[in-house]
Amino acid sequence: MGPARRRRRTFGLLACYAVIGLFVIFFLFPPYWMALTSFKTNQEIESLEGIPFIIQKGATLKHYQDLFTKTDFLLYFWNSVVVTVPVVVASMVISVLAAYALSRLGFAGAGVIGTAVFLVYLVPDSLLFIPLFKIIGTLGLLNTKWSLALVYPTLIVPFATWLLIGYFASIPRELDEAALVDGANHLQMLVQIFLPVAVPGLIAATIFAFTVSWSGFLYPMAFIFSSDQQVLTAGTVTSLIKGDVYHWGGLMAGALLACLPPVLLYVFLMDYYISGLTAGSTKA
Amino acid sequence: MAQVLMKDLNKKYDEVHAVKDVNLHIRDKEFVVLVGPSGCGKSTTLRMVAGLEEITSGEITIGDRVVNDLPPKDRDIAMVFQNYALYPHMTVYDNMAFGLKMRKFPKAEIQKRVQEAAEILGIQDLLRRKPRQLSGGQRQRVAVGRAIVRHPQVFLFDEPLSNLDAKLRVQMRVELKRLHDRLETTAIYVTHDQVEAMTLGDRVVVMKDGWVQQVGEPLELYSRPANKFVAGFIGSPAMNFADVAIAEADGGLWAENPGFRIKVPAARAERLRPYKGQRVTLGIRPEDLHVASGADLKEHTFDSTVEVVEPLGSEILLDIRAGGVPMVARVDPTVRVKVHEPVRLALEAERLHFFDLKSEAAI
Repeated sequence: MGPARRRRRTFGLLACYAVIGLFVIFFLFPPYWMALTSFKTNQEIESLEGIPFIIQKGATLKHYQDLFTKTDFLLYFWNSVVVTVPVVVASMVISVLAAYALSRLGFAGAGVIGTAVFLVYLVPDSLLFIPLFKIIGTLGLLNTKWSLALVYPTLIVPFATWLLIGYFASIPRELDEAALVDGANHLQMLVQIFLPVAVPGLIAATIFAFTVSWSGFLYPMAFIFSSDQQVLTAGTVTSLIKGDVYHWGGLMAGALLACLPPVLLYVFLMDYYISGLTAGSTKA
Repeated sequence: MAQVLMKDLNKKYDEVHAVKDVNLHIRDKEFVVLVGPSGCGKSTTLRMVAGLEEITSGEITIGDRVVNDLPPKDRDIAMVFQNYALYPHMTVYDNMAFGLKMRKFPKAEIQKRVQEAAEILGIQDLLRRKPRQLSGGQRQRVAVGRAIVRHPQVFLFDEPLSNLDAKLRVQMRVELKRLHDRLETTAIYVTHDQVEAMTLGDRVVVMKDGWVQQVGEPLELYSRPANKFVAGFIGSPAMNFADVAIAEADGGLWAENPGFRIKVPAARAERLRPYKGQRVTLGIRPEDLHVASGADLKEHTFDSTVEVVEPLGSEILLDIRAGGVPMVARVDPTVRVKVHEPVRLALEAERLHFFDLKSEAAI
């Protein structure tokens, strides 16, 4: 490599890091501010002389203490878990089966149905929640967390299915054909050959399903009014905004803790997600 | 072990009629190669035998069972795919054992069979590896191993060698032939490579546009092609073709063209007589041309100009032009000719081929 090329390369790398650095600052600033605020005393948060971006008057864990002792935060957290786990499982089962059927079984109209499934996803939540309120009421599920477990899959399945159809298309068809010739039926092939190969796609869809269910705000706000049924998002907000009084410290502490499960999930699954599992199966 | 029968087999997709009235009888233990250019319907035919493609009409029998409505797993066949289609998340051992596990073989039997197949293919040391840790040739061996552990009635090969480099392809070709001799299992092999077809097949089926053009032993296809397509497809370099007029003179038939005039041997004259005064296609194989010497009859020689000389060591390919018709001649390596110089060529008159201009069928 000549010196000119090396210089160009160094410059290119520096430019890359500069741009990446900007993005990191841009994306990490909100959580940073959130974390900072959650450790500030109320006095400092409300002081007009304070600098928002640093802690000047000493850190405190009081907001976290209050969150656990003076609100139902732990109950909300648990409710979120109880809603999200079955939602993710059910959504993934439905999406995988739907996507497999639409992408592989090759029945008439599969393409049209695939597109229709995606179009359903484009209908905004804010349009749906009024009719859904009526349906939930008819089913007798109003003001229970199970209303969410029922409604969330309807948001998740269309997009997750569409996402998986795309991923499944990248898996060589010969792989399922080889398994079918080898003696597997469709279900055995799906479970033993197809899904292990599709893991990166499954992870992407799972992350999506988890995020929708965990961070949903509108539906719990609309369907649930009792504190004991409430989930994390709506629960934290309703118990820490009293009229026009915002308990910023507590809100930020709650938001930060609510972020932990998704972050942990991402970190844990990313490794699998990135390692290309189909490598070596076929020529390409 | 089993024979495979295809009766009036047809495959239609929405717009395309991919396979047309295919009738084939593949005998027990026979190695039959389907060959043809891409889109000729050979792979579709194979996939219908495998059960991966629905049959539009007709009937396929494997052994003594009609398999039209049987799923692939119940047809007792094994298939090797062009791109190997190994299960990437499984070791080589598990890849090969998968079919037996699906069929609920006892563990000891599975182990025995996998070991056996691994030894035949020389991949004993790779059993613990994952497909991504293997080279192309090794992957292809595993794919073959996965097929042979099952001891199926019929092997199906879908262009299994076309992803390998040229050298490896020749080596694997020999190994497949040896394997077939050893296992004596009926095999259907699809390829677009006529050399593979000729070297591997007990019989070769040439296909084009969904139609079977000719079925026969390799040398039969070579020496008695049924039509112009088969004549041009089998053999390398390909057969030379020239439009000629058939005329009668001096008590014999002559094939005439602005560049040459060749007497038709008496044995061929009778069938050509109805074409007197008409044009036909003359076919000459490159190996049936040689540089003329005094021993050659004048009526079987013609003048040409050398355009390209391709010395291959064991032989020389001469790209020549005779009266506007480009031809290739395969001549002795001792021949000394120069580009742009004239050369007089002689042909083996007994081995000329004639084809109807319209139907392209052999005359």
